[in-house]
Amino acid sequence: MSAALETADNRQNLRRVVIDPVSRVEGHGKVTLLIDEDDQVREARLHIVEFRGFEVFIQGRPYWEVPVMVQRLCGICPVSHHLAAAKALDHIVGAPQVTASAEKMRRLMHYGQILQSHALHFFHLSSPDLLFGFESDVGRRNIVGVAGEYPEVARQGVLLRKFGQEVIRATAGKRIHGTGAVPGGMNRHLSADDRAMLAADADKMVSWSQDAVALVKRLHRAVPELYDNFGTFDSRMMSLVRADGAMDLYGGALRFRDAEGAIILDGVADQDYDQVIHEEVRSWSYMKFPFMHESGPDAGWYKVGPLARVQNCDFIPSPLAEVERQEFVAHGAGRPVHATLAYHWARMIEMLHAAEVIRSMLDDPDLMSGELMASGPRAREGVGIIEAPRGTLIHHYRVGDDDLVSMCNLIVSTTHNNQAMNTAIRTVASRYLSGRKLTEGLLNHIEVAIRAFDPCLSCATHALGKMPMVLELQAPDGSIFERFRRD
Amino acid sequence: MTRRFMFDGQPVAFEDGQTIMEAARAAGHFIPYLCWHPDFPPHGSCKLCIVKVGGRHVSSCALPAKEGMEVESNTPEINAERRALLQMLFVEGNHFCPSCEKSGNCQLQALAYELEMTSARFNHIFPDRPVDASHPDMLLEFNRCIFCELCVRASRDVDKKSVFSLTNRGIHKHLVVSAESGRLGDTDFSRDDLAANICPVGVILRKRVGFAVPIGQRIYDEKPISQVSMEAEK
Ligand code: SF4
Ligand code: NI
Repeated sequence: MSAALETADNRQNLRRVVIDPVSRVEGHGKVTLLIDEDDQVREARLHIVEFRGFEVFIQGRPYWEVPVMVQRLCGICPVSHHLAAAKALDHIVGAPQVTASAEKMRRLMHYGQILQSHALHFFHLSSPDLLFGFESDVGRRNIVGVAGEYPEVARQGVLLRKFGQEVIRATAGKRIHGTGAVPGGMNRHLSADDRAMLAADADKMVSWSQDAVALVKRLHRAVPELYDNFGTFDSRMMSLVRADGAMDLYGGALRFRDAEGAIILDGVADQDYDQVIHEEVRSWSYMKFPFMHESGPDAGWYKVGPLARVQNCDFIPSPLAEVERQEFVAHGAGRPVHATLAYHWARMIEMLHAAEVIRSMLDDPDLMSGELMASGPRAREGVGIIEAPRGTLIHHYRVGDDDLVSMCNLIVSTTHNNQAMNTAIRTVASRYLSGRKLTEGLLNHIEVAIRAFDPCLSCATHALGKMPMVLELQAPDGSIFERFRRD
Repeated sequence: MTRRFMFDGQPVAFEDGQTIMEAARAAGHFIPYLCWHPDFPPHGSCKLCIVKVGGRHVSSCALPAKEGMEVESNTPEINAERRALLQMLFVEGNHFCPSCEKSGNCQLQALAYELEMTSARFNHIFPDRPVDASHPDMLLEFNRCIFCELCVRASRDVDKKSVFSLTNRGIHKHLVVSAESGRLGDTDFSRDDLAANICPVGVILRKRVGFAVPIGQRIYDEKPISQVSMEAEK
């Protein structure tokens, strides 16, 4: 079984293969494989060098600076950190419930972020693999190749992303390093000009998102054997869910399901996350492994992100996406879909939902007027949880009477998915790589599995389809006997 | 009979005792500055207000105007020198504008835009002094101090409290709070003091305000500092 591939016996007798994508932004991911003399993969590990220094960096800073400061955590999802921090700090300033105008502005910002991030991930990062094949010509396997072969798909991808970025600019003030959300509320309304500009394109965005869902479904149906089985593994799932069971990416309470789809824990208030989720440290990984405390690290891990969310909720509160959710659930035939590549399908359903939410919100007068700030009795501690594009994002702060942050704990989506991504690459390694001579195309299978979860790892260089990568095959004595490089 | 000197090729009238800075401003000419303030005597430390007179670079805030002087200010040579001074100030402190709450209201940032400073040029020093949050209403972020001494002068000469002073020299120069503990909370500093409201950069900050005013709607977002500075005195 693939889980056995975490640590091999007699490691010193094995060949070591390293896939080391260099990424320009915060996350740096690396895969190491240990291979025996019969080319069997005996160990596979995904290492992510997390920028843990950030939590220390935030300590001693004034709390009102934090929602802006934390955007430096990640170049891909700054808005999610901005909002999660603001939500946590709402508690500090005594405003766990912000005003209607503030909450709606933040929601709009967040769904703009979901839309732009999902569009970027699917069209720029993953569609080249899915449209051309995992082992296709590496020179064409990028967004430029997609633009050549499928110009309309590429164009819609670019414009969907741009629309999401415009939503962010209109709500946060800027596309990146916005300052819209502040502890206790927001510092701006939506302007009439921005509302009109967004409303003019909203219908088109919904219909293009429908096209994107249809495209993913076509891909699934064309090669069901691959799409249903590639990197597939059972696991628990976690996400925020609204009180009535609806999908809610901005807020709600935590729900956990087991691999069969039964709810094992529901209605966990965000402030209580640390009663339920603990993190395990493993010697070989910088990144911790979160798990449900009551079940222990071996059984209690879970996956987060679109695949978990679409199946964890009872319904999606927007009509077109709800129809798609039902079709998705039906595909599982009575059991949750655990296929790694189904992340893309679920992601596009969420993108459609985000487009529908944005379209319906734009008519709300609260966005353009109404009180933006709330306050109440000071508190010393606050937790903010948001469903970021890639999954559950937790920000937790303690603030002293002097207004400085005294403790900061962050659990980002990538960390929640640490065990899940490791399990996915082990499943793929044993199924596709074992017993074969390794090629770039075969190694790309590993990356395809990782990409399905998380674009932050390979980030910006990757967006151009150029992931500089060095492969080294080491002899048991540590000497390198084979090395090739892809730029 | 009014006396005049030439400022960037234009005649500027002056009265006895007026500095080049004062006379030029009265005539509507902006000269960049950081440590100068209309309500205080010239300080001459920031050197941003340098001009060229008779081949020499002098501080216009301190030099009295003289009949027939030829003053060069807004020239490529002088502006390049000002840019270099700004670049040194930027690397001496932690001036990371995207996450600084003073962004848009900061004179250092505004002058960098005004003088088209586009790179840091020198190596960052990254000072690491902890913030002083001991005061109930005010926060001190020492890592952004540009040593203009406006707070020192305001607290001593106007507020009559002498809360601040500068200590050491050169690269070790830094702002200190005059209390045995060294903490602002142990002084009689008040948010209504002139010294609490005079810092041109993001050192002396009112607590819990932060980003309440959106970036993009702040003083120097709306108008360049050359315009804001000249309008302030009208
Ligand atoms: S704290 Fe502000 S006003 Fe005081 S010397 Fe430093 S920069 Fe000038
Ligand atoms: Ni990210």
